[in-house]
Amino acid sequence: MPTNRPVIRGAATALAHTPGMVRYGSKPFREAKAEPEFLAELTRGLWSYDEACRYLPNQVFIGSQAPARLWEVEQPWFDKLADADGGEPPFGHILEERRFLALLACADPFKHVLLRERFWEEMGPVMEAAPLTAPLASRTPALLTDAQMDTELESPNSLPLFTAGEGAPVGVVKTGHSEDEALSASVLLENLCCKVSGTLAVHELLNHVDGLGLGDVDLVLSCSEEAVGDRYQRGGGNMAKAIAEFAGCDLGTGIDIKDFCAAPIPAMVIGASLVESGVFENVVVVGGGSLPKLGMKSLYHLEQGIPVLEDALSAVAVWIGRDDGKSPTVNLQAVGRHPVKAGAALDKQFRELVLEPLRRLEWGVDRLDRVVTEVHNPDITVSAKAGDVAARNYKMMAAMLAMAKEIDKSDIAGFARAKGVCGYAPTQGHIASGFVYVPHALREMAAGDIRNCMLVARASLFLGQMTELTDGMSVLIERNGE
Amino acid sequence: MDLEDQGRIKELAEAHGKDDLVVLLGAPTTESSQVQFETVTTGDPSYAGPLAGVELGLPAYHVFEPNVKAAIDPDQYAENIEVLEMGLDADAIVDALAGMRAG
Repeated sequence: MPTNRPVIRGAATALAHTPGMVRYGSKPFREAKAEPEFLAELTRGLWSYDEACRYLPNQVFIGSQAPARLWEVEQPWFDKLADADGGEPPFGHILEERRFLALLACADPFKHVLLRERFWEEMGPVMEAAPLTAPLASRTPALLTDAQMDTELESPNSLPLFTAGEGAPVGVVKTGHSEDEALSASVLLENLCCKVSGTLAVHELLNHVDGLGLGDVDLVLSCSEEAVGDRYQRGGGNMAKAIAEFAGCDLGTGIDIKDFCAAPIPAMVIGASLVESGVFENVVVVGGGSLPKLGMKSLYHLEQGIPVLEDALSAVAVWIGRDDGKSPTVNLQAVGRHPVKAGAALDKQFRELVLEPLRRLEWGVDRLDRVVTEVHNPDITVSAKAGDVAARNYKMMAAMLAMAKEIDKSDIAGFARAKGVCGYAPTQGHIASGFVYVPHALREMAAGDIRNCMLVARASLFLGQMTELTDGMSVLIERNGE
Repeated sequence: MDLEDQGRIKELAEAHGKDDLVVLLGAPTTESSQVQFETVTTGDPSYAGPLAGVELGLPAYHVFEPNVKAAIDPDQYAENIEVLEMGLDADAIVDALAGMRAG
């Protein structure tokens, strides 16, 4: 007998390899403005689609490899490209850039993204032939002849769209309002990248699960990192509704949840609460990709002759529904929260987010099989002198647990391997939070490898300069029947 | 080290003289500890802040260093700092600063 107890009925990922878009990441864009020759250097450091598909962290992202494989292959991984297995990826596909650029125009109801006619003539049939893109590319986007394109590109407020950062532009993004910075071409492009990648993740989810059709989704919660709005309300929203519409969830609505990188966990908790309360039946939590984060550490990478590894927009979608008797449950009794008084010190954050909910449940740490937090790909961060984020967090978490007498001090060094996950996610913080791990957690629970998994996300609120605080939230997922 | 902190340390050094000041560092990584040490001794290596090109030459120690630890109430250290010492690469930080001090 189904109950309203919330369960995670499915999860999927989408990765759009967009090397030509790296130039519009925040850091490369600023760098190219100051040093125009930087663009040529950046372009030389970009990977091909084939290379991106053969990169181990990307393979883990789409589920073709288990996260445990990362412990087995010595870092760095960018110089150890594997063979692409050619099989159907378990969680979602890596989309090639040209298809993604075409979708940007298909997703733009205001026709600010204009494609070169010849480009669409080539891409239209390709889009139609692929099950993932066909439903999203049923309408012909706004097109320009070569001469019209040349005219549009002359506008200083337009952004050309390139493939792999070179050659003639295949499209252009126009400004949405000449006097509104919130609707500039770069902001519109950022938001459309989020919308398209988020929608792809929703479609990957629909294609990978049983029992969820487009008409079954009644609420989409977006935990993405963008800010949709205008000059009177920057960040007004609503990305979730835009994704729901583009995805074809005609009977659903949408709301954005904001909390910097931590947003996915509050979104999952809110979604699960709405299911449990009976307000909504099928909630999809989606995080779209973040364009500003592309090439964020590219200066370090280029300096060391490393490929520009932040070259893909990443997205995750999770379906929270009513108990079906088999899907992993969301334990709303064990939501870890970060009160104002906890302050911003890392050990105190982990005390509130990890230890406190365990004590509420009267669980010892030994009962927790997996804890996942901020699994940023260390290939990207170590070379950028930011260290291994996941390893650093696990060490601090373990130290906190040792001080609380929950584990022995001698177990600190081995804690990450015993309970944690090696980093592999793109440095788009909301994705790298525990959110990215949900599909793996479901698979591991189905296989009987783990009984439960705690997802822990933290947010650097101080970056917005309204408070010096951080935030965070954790949630426990358990195998059904535990 | 952020520009505000650099300015504050410079003002303190000018107001009280260099002989009566010690800089206590609490940076979480080896790299950031080294940068902070360098900033208050030979000047801001990024040449962005008030200490750019200013050789204050102040004595600087990290809170994890044994001589600092010995000067702190053990109960207070256990309550507020020990977990950070265990959770960070404290030995590497201490070694790095010792190396910089040795030149």
